[in-house]
Amino acid sequence: MALSLVVNERTRRVDIPGDTPLLWALRDALALTGTKFGCGAAQCGACTVHLNGSPVRSCSIPVSAAAGKRITTVEGLSADRSHALQLAWIAEDVPQCGYCQSGQLMTAAALLARTSNPTDAQIDSAMAGNICRCGTYERIRRAVHRAAGAAKPK
Amino acid sequence: MNTPDSSDRGLTRREVIRVGALGAGGLLLAFVLPARTSRRLGAQSADPKQNAADFEPNAWLRIAPDGTVTVLIDRSEMGQGVLTSLPMLVAEELDADWSRVRAEHLPVDARRPIGRAVRLTGGSASVRQGWTPARQAGAVARAMLVAAAAERWGVAAAECTTGQGVVMHERSGRREAYGALVDAAAGRTPPTDVPLKDPKDFRIVGTRQPRLDTPAKVDGSAVFGIDVRVPGMLTAVVARCGACGGTPRRVDDARARAVPGVRHVVRMDHGVAVVADGYWPAHKGREALTIQWQEPADRASSTDVARRLTELAARPAAQGFARGEADVKGARMLEATYTLPFLAHATMEPMNCTAHVTADGVTLWAPTQFQSEAVRTAAEAAGVPPERVVVHTTLMGGGFGRRGESDFVGDAVRISKAVGAPVQVVYSREDDMRHDFYRPASVHALRGGVDADGWPTLLRHRVAGHVSGMRRFFPQAIQNGIDPDHVAGLGADLPYAIPNHRVEYAQLDTSVPTGFWRSVGHSGTAFAVECFIDELAVLGGKDPLEVRRHLLATNPRALGVLNLAAEKAGWGHPLPAGRAQGIALVVGFGSYMAEVAEVSMERGQPRVHRVVCAIDCGRVVNPSIIEAQVQGGVLYGLSAALHGDIAVEGGKVKQGNFHDYRVMRMHDSPVVETHIVPSTARPGGVGEPPTPPVAPAVANASFRLTGQRVRRLPFVRAAQSG
Repeated sequence: MALSLVVNERTRRVDIPGDTPLLWALRDALALTGTKFGCGAAQCGACTVHLNGSPVRSCSIPVSAAAGKRITTVEGLSADRSHALQLAWIAEDVPQCGYCQSGQLMTAAALLARTSNPTDAQIDSAMAGNICRCGTYERIRRAVHRAAGAAKPK
Repeated sequence: MNTPDSSDRGLTRREVIRVGALGAGGLLLAFVLPARTSRRLGAQSADPKQNAADFEPNAWLRIAPDGTVTVLIDRSEMGQGVLTSLPMLVAEELDADWSRVRAEHLPVDARRPIGRAVRLTGGSASVRQGWTPARQAGAVARAMLVAAAAERWGVAAAECTTGQGVVMHERSGRREAYGALVDAAAGRTPPTDVPLKDPKDFRIVGTRQPRLDTPAKVDGSAVFGIDVRVPGMLTAVVARCGACGGTPRRVDDARARAVPGVRHVVRMDHGVAVVADGYWPAHKGREALTIQWQEPADRASSTDVARRLTELAARPAAQGFARGEADVKGARMLEATYTLPFLAHATMEPMNCTAHVTADGVTLWAPTQFQSEAVRTAAEAAGVPPERVVVHTTLMGGGFGRRGESDFVGDAVRISKAVGAPVQVVYSREDDMRHDFYRPASVHALRGGVDADGWPTLLRHRVAGHVSGMRRFFPQAIQNGIDPDHVAGLGADLPYAIPNHRVEYAQLDTSVPTGFWRSVGHSGTAFAVECFIDELAVLGGKDPLEVRRHLLATNPRALGVLNLAAEKAGWGHPLPAGRAQGIALVVGFGSYMAEVAEVSMERGQPRVHRVVCAIDCGRVVNPSIIEAQVQGGVLYGLSAALHGDIAVEGGKVKQGNFHDYRVMRMHDSPVVETHIVPSTARPGGVGEPPTPPVAPAVANASFRLTGQRVRRLPFVRAAQSG
């Protein structure tokens, strides 16, 4: 089935069954491999993308439900790693294996978009659906605070 | 115990470094990062003459005319930072500009054959093995660049200095960037007597350098195994028998073949592969298969395993270590039995591998910790000589020992060969969890006593262990029926001096597949020993820290981390109401690690608020990476301690995803503090030591709160059944 998707502000056409999870439409049809497969069951958050600005688990949303909505993946966070969170992730040297970090970044970006200066408790609550097996949580929390600080008007 | 760097010569430069040719110009040095020469990995000789004859480089240093320094190494990056730490060693002696340093995995191909070496990343060994040779490579390259500059300028090499990728001659004010010298340097013979820096002059090693792989991991551009895209590539998922070792007897694939996008169904000995234009049609095709399985006769049960291990631990077994007497008259005695479950690795990136089998051989794009085994597996599966296997090691989303296996390599190769196209085999999370090679279960029966003054005087530690990965990978290491991993840290390597001390081992063999899991044998042995020492302290009426100090009187580095962790945690000082601390220690992988866990009880289960860690890992290469490994190792151990339990019934693993194999998340993770002991000793390992102590530290703290000993992991199960 031919679908029109708006991914990272570009309109892309894919011809795949409508029940295909958005994750596999991105990874296999559009070669956007930054969004990761972790569990296939909305348990781990590695596949997090934004749908009209809200964080969703792309492994558990059929691509047909994403048609016509704005989809943002980690590749669309910035053109040049200049998003405040990407800069903070680099400054805090957050990633270890790095596999979950696309999802962590997308969840954190959605948090900062609605809560510009989150508390630890707000960060923990927002990030609770994103697993990191390398245990980078402390650095993630620090990086979110750093990005929030950088994003503040001077 | 401290090995001074100066005696750490090992091999001479001539025997371990050669100059290679570069088509595009530049300087290329090939060198050897030795594999472990221990009982486990005997493939490479420790004899320098032998190594010179067998010169099989597994690391390259390339300096391009534009000044870019690239270090290619055969060690796998799975999050532990090896693609940063080893290049730091090279860059230090090279006096490179760190901002111009790059790192890559060294491929295995005709130009860079694997030879007879063991190529394995594990055992927290990479920095330990690379410490001298990686620095030597940098030092030799620097000497060649200096010699080229000195010749060009007509000055003495001794008058030249280097820094930030530039050779300088102060008296004449001349400067030349390395890039401009590489072609002249490449024509020179590598010198053989280049001194290494005095560590007090280190400018890169020992500092918090940013990881080289971070930028690609924040924008989605990092290529993990599952991200490999090869033209014409198909995706395969494999239906495997739920019961370990089952085989397909009858397959009806008509409905699977009718799923749009499914291209092939491939029957294999152990399963049925559905090959499609992407993961989703392959997955749907697999759902549409009807398979009758021939289940194995031995359908293991983890309950049965625990019962049989408990029985084995109740009777005398093979003696692995003995000191002093088997019994002490007049001692006050205590017995306790500790039970540890099977555990899955649960890496974030599920197992996968991409293979292309052609008439010329096999090309692999593999997230593997064990290239030499991947080559052997691929060659066998494709029916080609090992020299025809090319391996591109990808980044990997966690390893923890799981990626030392090659099941995913064999499947990718067999399927690619069957369909005549490049194939990426992908495990679902459930495949990954139900077809793992689990941390083996074990039961530890301990008997100990304290003397009239309350000090431990007797320890008998009997381990009943399920067969581990040792038998498949390193059978020569199993001597007198004793699996060295199941007694790791218990015999002569027990840090505590207990005058009457015995270790025994008995083994159980079932069809549950087992392998290596972060911290390997210590993951179980440290729990038993560190809980039991705590129990003996209570028996003797002593503080657990005091008892450990007493038993470590002749072990200064172990004592050092113990005291540092206790001091930083505020051991013995008042805590918030409802909280208690527990302490534990591990010595292994060349390092010393102590942890103090601060715990409260919530709904009958421990809630861990803070873990204060002290590590002595010898000379520090990158404190930022050490801190990250400590945080990660603690949380990995804590996930297992609180929740980790692989239950097997009728040969089938019950758990399948993160809802029933729970792991720590941000909101329930403790603060982890890392304190590094300054040391001039040789570097020790860092990836694994943080994992073992956290479970006993939490158990010992929870005893202080409840008066009840938790002797069976995980805590959650213990709480439910207790």
